[in-house]
Amino acid sequence: MLAGMTANVVFGMLRVAILAAALEAADGEIADYDIAATNTYVWIGQGLLGFVLLWGTNELAERVRSGDVVVDLYRPWHLQSAMLAQDLGRGGFAFLTRLAPPMVFGVLLFPFQFPASSAQWPLFLVSAVLALVVSFACRFLVDASAFWLLDNRGLYGFWNVTSGLLCGLTVPVSFFPGWARDVLWLTPFPALMQAPIDVFLGHGDVTGVLLHQLFWAVALLGAGHLVLQRAVRKVVVQGG
Amino acid sequence: MADTVYPRLIGARLRSQMSYRASFALDLATQALAQWVELVVILVLFSHVNALGGFSKEEVLLMYAFAGIAFGIADLFAGQLDNLPTYIRAGTFDVLLLRPLGTLPQIMVSDVRLRRIGRIAGALAVMVYALAQVSVVWTPAKVALAIATPLAGAVIFSAIWVVTCSVCFWIVEGREFANAFTYGSGAFTSYPVNVYSAPLRWVMAFIVPGAFVAYYPSLALLGKQDPLGLPGWVGWTSPLVAALAAGVAALVWRFAVRHYRGTGS
Repeated sequence: MLAGMTANVVFGMLRVAILAAALEAADGEIADYDIAATNTYVWIGQGLLGFVLLWGTNELAERVRSGDVVVDLYRPWHLQSAMLAQDLGRGGFAFLTRLAPPMVFGVLLFPFQFPASSAQWPLFLVSAVLALVVSFACRFLVDASAFWLLDNRGLYGFWNVTSGLLCGLTVPVSFFPGWARDVLWLTPFPALMQAPIDVFLGHGDVTGVLLHQLFWAVALLGAGHLVLQRAVRKVVVQGG
Repeated sequence: MADTVYPRLIGARLRSQMSYRASFALDLATQALAQWVELVVILVLFSHVNALGGFSKEEVLLMYAFAGIAFGIADLFAGQLDNLPTYIRAGTFDVLLLRPLGTLPQIMVSDVRLRRIGRIAGALAVMVYALAQVSVVWTPAKVALAIATPLAGAVIFSAIWVVTCSVCFWIVEGREFANAFTYGSGAFTSYPVNVYSAPLRWVMAFIVPGAFVAYYPSLALLGKQDPLGLPGWVGWTSPLVAALAAGVAALVWRFAVRHYRGTGS
């Protein structure tokens, strides 16, 4: 775990340095981000990365490929709900081990922008949990594609490569040109990362951000449910 | 014997990856995309500023491209070291020790990730673009420098991989620690090193010789002064640094393997 922390902190410091250099060249502010907001953005992002588990394992897909998924399907549970419950439990632990440490690191060593009102703390928590649910729903869909593709590593790789940029992890969504920003907010990607950060920093309209997250959480979980229903009909048990 | 075994092993890996053509093509495209995602970040930043650490967009793109090609080549051969913890934990490293070949080369050819060519090609395209845009006074020596830089960088990155993964002989779950320096260096070297804070720069640019992958050779090519104050000839020393790094890596690997104890069962 300490090893994971090292990687997380090193990458956080790289991102802070590059964004700070850009801020310096732009007279101290880009799109509502001054140096304190930028540091806060980076360290919350580094924490959320492990909490929402943006790049998860491809475990369900591997089980589909190997056929082990049959065991999961004949248990008396709704597979998607069971996996969501597992992921929420993981999130509870990750809250302490993955989300809090980088934020503490950022508070101690860098200028940090705390929320202006105390109401933002619980709202940030709600937003972070919603982000985790959206992240789970996306990962579930990528996983479930294995029912049709058998080898979904291409799609899985595609998700891993693009999601970091599109959700606002590598640069804030508001740094993008106007049209790209508008298009991105029509997709679920900002709900994964940019939304909780915006709530914490007080950027944008909190209600709108939370509704965006809620909509995508429900829509993607629903899509996952439908996909699973269809997928079950596809399963062929081979052998004895 | 080794001179015929390795080409055969590599050939076998290549054939196995080419056998699923559609999957392989998709992998290649994804890797090129991975390289361009970083490109988008640079372009987005430069839509707000004219210079980063005193370097123009094209100059930063040149460093990013050198770093990308070097990292891609290193990943092709040394990336397999990421599997080292699995070998050590499962005890399968014993098998490598039993064979009459070097352990490090065996791991390197255990899975030549051909799809990394997508990443290399993506970076190569940016390098061609950047070299066409920046003003370089071309001499035969500078042409040689432009060709040698990604290769020396690949050796430096590979050495970083070997040294940091050697930690796994002591801390079995040390992969993420190693990743901080391998993938971390990949990200670090894509930007001019003078943007980083002094402690970070000392570790990642000089102790881990990341500054010699792209930054100093680019300065020499562009004929620019180093904002950090090192003289101009430093930009020509990357191949030397690479040789030195490879030597250190070989020593560290020998030392680490000597400390390997099997899992006992």
